[in-house]
Amino acid sequence: MGELTRTGAADLGAAIAAGTVSAEEVTRAHLAQIDAVDGTVHAFLHVAADDAIEQARRVDQRRAAGERLGPLAGVPLALKDVLTWTKAPTTCASKMLEGWVPPYDATVTRKLIDAGIVILGKTNLDEFAMGSSTENSAYGPTRNPWDTDRIPGGSGGGSAAALAAFEAPIAIGTDTGGSIRQPGSVTGTVGVKPTYGGVSRFGLVALASSLDQAGPCARSVLDAALLHEVIGGHDPYDSTSIDAPVPSVVEAARYGDVTGMRIGVVKELGGEGYAAGVEQRFNEAVALLTELGAEVVEVSCPHFGYALPAYYLIQPSETSSNLAKFDSMRYGLRVGDDGSHSAEEVMSLTREAGFGPEVKRRIILGTYALSSGYYDAYYGSAQKVRTLIIDDFTKAFETCDVLVSPTTPTTAFRIGERADDPVAMYKADLCTIPSSLAGNAAASFPVGLAPEDGLPVGLQVMAPPMADDRLYRVGAALERALEDQWGGPIWRALDSVSKGDDPLEPPIRANNSTREGGMA
Amino acid sequence: MSDSVLDYDEVLASFDPVLGLEVHVELNTASKMWCGCATTFGAEPNTQTCPICLGLPGSLPVVNGSAVESAIRIGLALNCSIAQTCRFARKNYFYPDMPKNYQISQYDEPIAYDGWAEVEVDGETYRIEIERAHMEEDTGKSLHVGGATGRIQGADHSLLDYNRAGVPLIEIVTKPIRGTGEKAPQVARAYVAMLRDLLRALGVSDVRMEQGSLRCDANVSLMPKGAVELGTRTETKNVNSLRSVEAAVRYEMTRQAAVLTGGDAVKQETRHWHEDTGITTPGRSKEQAEDYRYFNDPDLVPVAPSRDWVEQLRASLPEPPAERLKRVQAEWEFTDLELRDVVNAGAVDLVEQTVVAGAPAQAARKWWLGELGRRANEAGVELAEVGMTPTQVAQLQALVDAKVINDKLARQVIEGVIAGEGDPQQVVDARGLAVVSDDGALSAAVDEAIAANPEAAAKIRDGNLKVAGALIGPIMKAMKGQADAARVRELIMEKLG
Repeated sequence: MGELTRTGAADLGAAIAAGTVSAEEVTRAHLAQIDAVDGTVHAFLHVAADDAIEQARRVDQRRAAGERLGPLAGVPLALKDVLTWTKAPTTCASKMLEGWVPPYDATVTRKLIDAGIVILGKTNLDEFAMGSSTENSAYGPTRNPWDTDRIPGGSGGGSAAALAAFEAPIAIGTDTGGSIRQPGSVTGTVGVKPTYGGVSRFGLVALASSLDQAGPCARSVLDAALLHEVIGGHDPYDSTSIDAPVPSVVEAARYGDVTGMRIGVVKELGGEGYAAGVEQRFNEAVALLTELGAEVVEVSCPHFGYALPAYYLIQPSETSSNLAKFDSMRYGLRVGDDGSHSAEEVMSLTREAGFGPEVKRRIILGTYALSSGYYDAYYGSAQKVRTLIIDDFTKAFETCDVLVSPTTPTTAFRIGERADDPVAMYKADLCTIPSSLAGNAAASFPVGLAPEDGLPVGLQVMAPPMADDRLYRVGAALERALEDQWGGPIWRALDSVSKGDDPLEPPIRANNSTREGGMA
Repeated sequence: MSDSVLDYDEVLASFDPVLGLEVHVELNTASKMWCGCATTFGAEPNTQTCPICLGLPGSLPVVNGSAVESAIRIGLALNCSIAQTCRFARKNYFYPDMPKNYQISQYDEPIAYDGWAEVEVDGETYRIEIERAHMEEDTGKSLHVGGATGRIQGADHSLLDYNRAGVPLIEIVTKPIRGTGEKAPQVARAYVAMLRDLLRALGVSDVRMEQGSLRCDANVSLMPKGAVELGTRTETKNVNSLRSVEAAVRYEMTRQAAVLTGGDAVKQETRHWHEDTGITTPGRSKEQAEDYRYFNDPDLVPVAPSRDWVEQLRASLPEPPAERLKRVQAEWEFTDLELRDVVNAGAVDLVEQTVVAGAPAQAARKWWLGELGRRANEAGVELAEVGMTPTQVAQLQALVDAKVINDKLARQVIEGVIAGEGDPQQVVDARGLAVVSDDGALSAAVDEAIAANPEAAAKIRDGNLKVAGALIGPIMKAMKGQADAARVRELIMEKLG
């Protein structure tokens, strides 16, 4: 087998199960890659090196004992630092939760552990998942391995960058308005937002409860599907979890045939404001789908134009309530507890010091939108828009099996470029937000590099609720055809992270002992 | 500190009181509203908590089905409509004893609405309209240490106990209660008492006001006589005994009347009731009132009780307490006074179970309110925990009726049962307490008594039967009480007749 860090999860899992390579070797190879590149990329907030090796050894022992291993047993994974794991702090990239080690595992985390997947550590994100660039992390930005002067998308920039930097073959992201898909698009990786309720939210620190959804991130469609199958399914600890079997995503990813599928191109998601290279690669991909046997039609979703403003009322409203619990009373940061301040003042001082500017902006926005006298005009109206967007989808899915659009209007922008313009930043999620509001399934797949800047472009596929398998059918068909054209995966040219002329501080580590020995 | 108040008669001469009562009841479900934590009262602080009821980041609530069932049963018992579907909402405000800094409650979609109940005061019936009954979660408890008032202001530090956080609560809200006039304080008390009895009969709560499992907020306003519009109300929080409900309403009426007759306006505000001094003091004013920013909780799905389930629950409701009292009074042929004594002693269930076990109602009443009541009182326990079951009381009475024992011996049997010596028959056997029915021994004792009291014997022979008592006493003494007094009398008459 080839270089371990450039091998996909399906192949790594098969090799570990066959005994061609040990889980420990695979884990050590990825830890070594993290050591080599993460000082520049800064995908990780915490690397649990010791624990990862321990997990890998357990998988090797199980195999030695004759146990039949699952397809991803022993495969390393990067976990977005917004899901709880008892072996490492869960910070949500906020000063508010610095060093907070949760006493319980998220359901997703539990499922990963049960599947024998090796969790390498926790990845960087925009603070409390608010942002589209990972610049809002309290612990410094993550850089895009395609060009380290550029953003890796957000909020899940850490998970996406970890894949593109070959620090992990698979990762968990969370998507509220596009935080899996947009980072996938700008890093040339696959990112899937499952149907809302398809993956448990228990242990996922809430940004906006009615929108948040954890999902798989990978460098290939099949790897994403294998991970999707591990984390999906009903959870009695999440009332909003759907009590139905996981759609047959792995079969769809292997099948990868779009013959006879009706694919709708959403008229409203394109045109002005979309980069030329993004439109070009998107149109080429749509043409390719036609060649592959799909029937492509244009559909109109007239209310999608209102999705962004509606989202920026609903999401901050829920956030303002969800983040109220960070008051220093029980865990996390506490400021001003010097005997001279009341409990109320300590709460206030802590929130002032602990939250970054974007978090504060959204808490204030949401508090205002829910206020007595404004509720109907803002939150109430936004909920009505949400219903209209669901109606648009329902209508479109009457004639189409899936809908497609560019994932995000541009390729990766430069770090700092939109830092002072929140609305420009919010527009990165223009295409991903409708599916978030409607709760249906959506994914981003790489469809090439934009000619003008050589940076990855993503195509978004949207499917009806619980028809997540259709995403994988389209994604796998495109991947196969495009890789035939390119002579390999999109990242074949991405051999190292080379443009980093401004290395960042190394990430927080559980310890340094694994830096020595066994690392190539 | 104390406000001026108007004489109660003067209040009534000029004003009509309007009440609104909000009662919070803690359900007695085994686990909390959103998680599996226990709800036992009085456990060590913070031992009944988990990531969910502590609101830790990432945790999510899942509705307790038993709490929903209790809510529906309460709604049905209060003649409410039960929602086809209803949602939970978040009530947002910051307070250290609230782990999430929002309380999950119900806002515009309560599970039960538009009901009514009746209460009786001095023979007159008042109909109370119920606005709604909704589900919510309790908060934790704060203990403020080092301050003068026990409140957070001025305290050195505060301790937090989250055992109560997430315990299911039902809030029952009345519509404005008008037309009660001078009886307003008593109607308020009678309403809370009625709710307590009803909730106890439903078995959904411990309804212990002293432990906070039943808490009342009393809204009071006054309207000038003949006015159409409601006056400005105050809300007196956490009035936690029946006596206090009556006293707090009465106090607020006299205080508000003094404000109004002095030409001032009543301030819309919450007020605190002080049990010790019998007055209310201002809390938060309307201007300081929180904007709770209610919105539907996106972590929870709507509760949609099926009509079949609701009808099943309706069919299984217990008899309403007031109707039940009317029924048992008729069945037991108790006077109003007798019934009232039984109710006040909290012995209705016990008497009923004793009657069901075969005892005459009067005998059941006699034992529970007499000997057993005395012993419970001495031991400082509830009557039901005195150590004797209704079945055992019925067995005791059966032994008395069969003349195996008399009343005096019965007291010794009770002592034995309570001491754990077994059922009444076992105690009788073990202690050898049975009345002597062997006429030989008894006859000898009678002969002895006649011989020892010739004067009394002579009078009886002359037909002065009242004197028989002078002989019976010594005979019973000689028999150590183990004789049937009626049989003794018969023997005396036979021998002297």
